[in-house]
Amino acid sequence: MSDVSFVRTEMLPQQSPPASSVGFVGWMRENLFSGVANSILTVVSGVFIIYTLWFIIGWAWSPTWNAQSLNECRAILHDLGREGHWAGACWGVINDRWEQLLFGFYPNGTEAGVADMRWRPILAFVLLGFALAPVLYAEKVPAKMIYLTMAYPFIMPWLLWGGSIWGPIMVAAGFVIGYIGYRVLSQLAGSLIALILSVVLAVAWWLFAAGGIAGMLADLTPALGLEPVESRKFGGFMLSITIGVVAIGLSLPIGIVLALGRQSDLLIVKSLCVGFIEFIRGVPLITLLFVASTLLNIFMPPGTDFDIIMRVFIMVTLFASAYMAEVIRGGLAALPKGQYEGADSLGLNYWQAQRLIIMPQALKISIPGIVSTFIGVFKDTTLVSVIGLFDPLNLTNAIRADSDWNGIVWELYGFIALLFFVFCYGMSRYSMYLERKLRTDHH
Amino acid sequence: MSDLAVDRSIDRSKMTVSDEVAIEISNMNKWYGAFHVLRDINLTVNQGERIVIAGPSGSGKSTLIRCINRLEEHQAGRIIVDGTELTSDLKNIDKIRSEVGMCFQHFNLFPHLTILENCTLAPIWVRKTPRKEAIETAMHFLEKVKIPDQANKYPGQLSGGQQQRVAIARSLCMKPRIMLFDEPTSALDPEMIKEVLDTMIELAEEGMTMLCVTHEMGFARQVANRVIFMDQGQIVEQNEPEEFFNNPKSERTKLFLSQILGH
Repeated sequence: MSDVSFVRTEMLPQQSPPASSVGFVGWMRENLFSGVANSILTVVSGVFIIYTLWFIIGWAWSPTWNAQSLNECRAILHDLGREGHWAGACWGVINDRWEQLLFGFYPNGTEAGVADMRWRPILAFVLLGFALAPVLYAEKVPAKMIYLTMAYPFIMPWLLWGGSIWGPIMVAAGFVIGYIGYRVLSQLAGSLIALILSVVLAVAWWLFAAGGIAGMLADLTPALGLEPVESRKFGGFMLSITIGVVAIGLSLPIGIVLALGRQSDLLIVKSLCVGFIEFIRGVPLITLLFVASTLLNIFMPPGTDFDIIMRVFIMVTLFASAYMAEVIRGGLAALPKGQYEGADSLGLNYWQAQRLIIMPQALKISIPGIVSTFIGVFKDTTLVSVIGLFDPLNLTNAIRADSDWNGIVWELYGFIALLFFVFCYGMSRYSMYLERKLRTDHH
Repeated sequence: MSDLAVDRSIDRSKMTVSDEVAIEISNMNKWYGAFHVLRDINLTVNQGERIVIAGPSGSGKSTLIRCINRLEEHQAGRIIVDGTELTSDLKNIDKIRSEVGMCFQHFNLFPHLTILENCTLAPIWVRKTPRKEAIETAMHFLEKVKIPDQANKYPGQLSGGQQQRVAIARSLCMKPRIMLFDEPTSALDPEMIKEVLDTMIELAEEGMTMLCVTHEMGFARQVANRVIFMDQGQIVEQNEPEEFFNNPKSERTKLFLSQILGH
């Protein structure tokens, strides 16, 4: 009977774990040599990695930075006694053409009578960093910086394309007019009617008033403007970033609206959203870009000159939005029904519940998917080469067309890959930082 | 199952039922697809009543109280809450929801907001209370449920019992006239059930109108002024707790009570 009886008289203190399971030795045992098969795999992989790195570093370690042509590279390597296809990299091409890979044909001062304007995309890019800071690191920067963020969508096109300052100001004024209109009208009528009327008001301003007034003001103050730069001068990495930033910046809000629309109880709204998403996702981006570059002109009134980059913006944004909508829908689906009920039971209306309860959580769940879509869109910007825009990949063809550099492949693609990698890896790291920051389950 | 919810005597001085009608449900029916989940429900609740709704799972008791703040929609009959009839009019629904507090089995706190933010959100956005005042009210109710020191933590860092007490405080911050409880202790460890029941008893002592779906028969005996037994979507029996437990009339009630109190 007393066999099963046991009373602990003294509680055991904590002890440190055995030395072989902690520290460097413990880590090695755990992760690299936890069994015979794993130890063999570790050794084989190690040999493979070292061999590959040895080969790549040997190729990349090549004193050809100042070479003026591929032949000169070969001569330098020949003098060093390095022969053959993998004798060494020819970095001269990067030294010669890196500015073109970054800026395309943006005026750089070499053309007679045209100044070096590359400070404009550089400034736009630097300002982008400041404009993004309040969004990315909300609690670490002064709250007032959000005004720069709000102004940036108008500053960026002005810096890049130039022209009179009044154009972007008049476009921005349309938003202000729409906002004031909504505030005034929502006092008089229902909020939905006020919303529709204020959108009509803003669109009417853009269509009928903005252009004329901007033109008039531009004539009065010709000094307040930048030298215009045509879209076909855009190219290189600058073009990729421009398209990427616009598509990323617009696809998130549009994607949220589409995802909410797809969940709507209103049949027409729902069908429109589902139809749009399924159509866009069912068509390759290249097809959309071809439509943008060729077919769209057929539907436009004759004589309309609809900027090619603007068309690309629209198509890439629509494409990204459809994917974004589905990613966000995944986040919405992952939210327990109780969150909706909790919000409802407190008397929050639909938009309050979405903004305060549902979206913050759904977006947080969707962060990995959202950032994957961002990265995908950014890399897909290279597809604009198929409609003749000079993104970095298309520029490599132009560079190889030069007899000096005919035959260069790895160096150019490697350089472009490195640039893309830096940006994509940055986005990926940021998303991981954000996920860590937004974790509230335990600290 | 324990018969007593608390081991202290309950102050009944404010537990008075007034003549004012808080909720009136007449000939209410609801279907899930073809399934007739609530059948001809008639129920009048006066201000100050404490009603416990009991019944086997699937009997429609949760659905009934979820109809009162229109988390579920009824298809026939009328529900009038505080003089406002529940129709598809969104304005009425939001008004009633802000007057009627609700606590859920799984608390439904907002995990991305701190405890304090959970409590101030609805007063600030729905009632348009100034932030400072909303925080004061929230701290008052958090003190009442005895967790003011957790105000800046997130729900995920609290125990189940604490979370449910926060959920009660969150509802109280809207100063509701009626509180609905949908199995508030069913997801809790036995040790935590008592702290939540204590909070609910305090609420009853202050004269709050309460409708509780619960299996805590000790709570029903001590606090309720009426117990309703439901089965197959219908109200089978209702009575004062003493009569209900000691002298049930219907066979179905007897069977249920013998099963739930039998061990």
